[in-house]
Amino acid sequence: MASAGIVLRLENVGKTFPGVVALSGITLDLLRGETHILLGENGAGKSTLIKLLAGIYQPDTGEIFFQGKPYRPKSPHDAQVQGIRIVHQELNLLPYLSIAENLMLEHLPRRFGIVDQKALNDRAEALLAEVGLDVDARTRVEELGVAQMQLVEIAKALGYESTLLVLDEPTATLTPPEIARLFSIIKRLKARGVTIIYISHRLHEVFEIGDRVTVLRNGRLVATQPLAGHTVQDLVRMMIGRDITDEYGFDASIPLGDVALDVKGLKRGPNFAPVSFSVRHGEILGVAGLVGSGRTEVMRAIFGADPKFAGEIDINGHAVAINSPRDAVRDGIGFLTEDRKSQGLLLDMPVDLNVTISDLRKISHVGLLDRGEEKAAVTELVRQLHVKTSSIETPVRNLSGGNQQKVVLAKWLFRGSSTLLLDEPTRGVDVGARREIYQLLWMLAAEQKAIVMVSSDLSELIGMCHRIVVFSNGALVGELPRSEFDQERILSLAYQEHVR
Amino acid sequence: MSDTSSPPPAPAPTGSDDKAKLARLLLRDAGVFLALLLITLVFAFTAPYFATSGNILKILVQIAINTVLAAGMTFVILTGGIDLSVGSVMALCTVVGALIMTSGMESSLSIPLAVLGCAATGAVCGFVNGKVSTYWNVPSFIVTLGMLNIASGAARVLSNNSTITGLPQEFVDFGNLILGGIMPSIFLVALLVILIGWFILRFTVFGRMIFAVGANDEAVRLSGHNPDAYKIAAFTICGLTAGIAAIVYLLRLNIGSPIAGIGYELNAIAAVIIGGASLNGGKGSIIGTLAGACILQVLATGLQLLGVGDNYKPIIIGAVIILAVIVDTYREKFLRRLR
Repeated sequence: MASAGIVLRLENVGKTFPGVVALSGITLDLLRGETHILLGENGAGKSTLIKLLAGIYQPDTGEIFFQGKPYRPKSPHDAQVQGIRIVHQELNLLPYLSIAENLMLEHLPRRFGIVDQKALNDRAEALLAEVGLDVDARTRVEELGVAQMQLVEIAKALGYESTLLVLDEPTATLTPPEIARLFSIIKRLKARGVTIIYISHRLHEVFEIGDRVTVLRNGRLVATQPLAGHTVQDLVRMMIGRDITDEYGFDASIPLGDVALDVKGLKRGPNFAPVSFSVRHGEILGVAGLVGSGRTEVMRAIFGADPKFAGEIDINGHAVAINSPRDAVRDGIGFLTEDRKSQGLLLDMPVDLNVTISDLRKISHVGLLDRGEEKAAVTELVRQLHVKTSSIETPVRNLSGGNQQKVVLAKWLFRGSSTLLLDEPTRGVDVGARREIYQLLWMLAAEQKAIVMVSSDLSELIGMCHRIVVFSNGALVGELPRSEFDQERILSLAYQEHVR
Repeated sequence: MSDTSSPPPAPAPTGSDDKAKLARLLLRDAGVFLALLLITLVFAFTAPYFATSGNILKILVQIAINTVLAAGMTFVILTGGIDLSVGSVMALCTVVGALIMTSGMESSLSIPLAVLGCAATGAVCGFVNGKVSTYWNVPSFIVTLGMLNIASGAARVLSNNSTITGLPQEFVDFGNLILGGIMPSIFLVALLVILIGWFILRFTVFGRMIFAVGANDEAVRLSGHNPDAYKIAAFTICGLTAGIAAIVYLLRLNIGSPIAGIGYELNAIAAVIIGGASLNGGKGSIIGTLAGACILQVLATGLQLLGVGDNYKPIIIGAVIILAVIVDTYREKFLRRLR
């Protein structure tokens, strides 16, 4: 690889936003055919760097060279034409078009001037097969789950020849087998000489594919080094500038109380296997399973967000009727959704409104809001949960992922919910903030909240949970106590129905 | 900008922070009023008779109906909906009101009954708009387009397709009243509607929910609320204000007419949008709406006094509406950069 040429060179590149130096003095060479890991906490400058490459921003200082020539893309399209392709963390799909149309949008196959449906679907099927997404290419994108959309995005990038491919947190929503498939794709691309910039918060996985790593911190380049010989600990230290020891901090001292939530024979439709599980006060119950295994859907059904077909839900030993989220909230259930931006938050509204919306009665008298009371209550919660925000009147859109997630938690704490359903609580949250969320969950457990935690990150579940239940193909296929936690066993359970 | 890409909130130097705060205040909260002031000043110095008390009174009288309609429209637009039916619902209400007042009852009974009749008819139409669009999940654009036709037809049926005249003298007199020589009674009605709307949106739990539903109704639902209830309420309020606008119409023109209010819905929407509201919902203010309604009327009157022909006036006003939204978009971008 040492003999391979330099594909991309950044020379002293800097970018400043009003009041913030987002990047400064970045000098970096990328080699042909290497997989370059880009690490850094949120706000470290990774996304800004990507946006410079994508032609979304232009650097204020320095110069970028691509294949030896100055590279100044005017737009994302320009960047693509020149051979740099980005798979953004936010999905950029058109929901009402089919998967095939999304994949081929820029080069729809035509016959006699009209779209050749057969060629379109055939090519799309081939790309889907490559990423291992077993869905009809004619399916509309809006019907897909987030992880499936992510795979479509990756398939889309594969449809075009590119010299440099940037993958921004491609595995955030993927499960281990999907990740494994992605990695084999990356290795294939690499063999073809494609250079890949790979961004991830999941530090364990980068060793499998990375050649070199560059770490950014506060807009500056900390180091660019071969990945071999480093440990996760090293990377974390470089990213945050200090050590993190036990990430999860499992707290065995918290006493477990009575059963808080008891789900009995829940069916989402006539053809689903009944699902039963329970969680006790002070307990963290993990929910594992592939995306599409029904884990999110079951949480939504419990919460009343989607209709139930059959089954009973007991709260603190009493059967309750939950037909809408309103009922669930009344019964003390809080729900942190997998997609906080579209389902959890009012992005353009300030922090305080987002917190108090769960229970406006608490800050009002005869229908009139008491802003003073509201501010005091929210200020206190923001302090307790260490939400980093310049003020409680800042729109939550301006907060980092981790802090947005804390605002959602604050919303349910404000309501006083005693059972929390958390769907991917650390998704898109960086290492430092992730740890804060774990601590927060232990604080909540200590307050005898019952916590159900859905996650695609198995190490997270193994680190955090008292018990883990595993979903596969819409059914609950296994339950493991902490003493029997074993990554392989959980995986084989998660897969059991898929192996045909 | 996404959460991960946005730069961390920087500890900006305090001097520029104060400046930013001031810029924000001027741009966000006072922008429409500055524009109104500017336009008024320009006309005051260029258009003959513009800055006379007679002309100002005339403007206040002419603003009243649109202001009332736009106040209700603000609620609907804040929830992310639209109501195209307010003009013809208002026409229907003028017919209902006029029929009651000319039914031969004592005026001390017929006037309050007519007022109630207008309000109730409007509110019912609005409720139906809201209920149908939420229950069957039909876009409010479509439902209210249908209601526009239905109410218009109903007004023709009820009135036998004719204008109803002969309202009680007390009613007519109240409509002509100019309190203290500066405040036309019908503008006072409009102002009252704006004040009540402002109070509701700013200080009540209900008002808070109207904004929240418009910002993200799914998040509101998953926070344990029923967003549809608030949408229906917003449409009902909008219908109610169409009924109140009908009363204002009756006070001003003294006739019930099935062809009243044609195109009024578009003026009302324009006022709300100029006032800074977003058609996507969740953003806007009723005070801005008042300013928007004022801008539209000041422009219309000012241009007329300048001798701009009736054919050219709509062209200019149309351009102003588009310009207002463009300015608003840039203002948003600028404000975001200030943070």
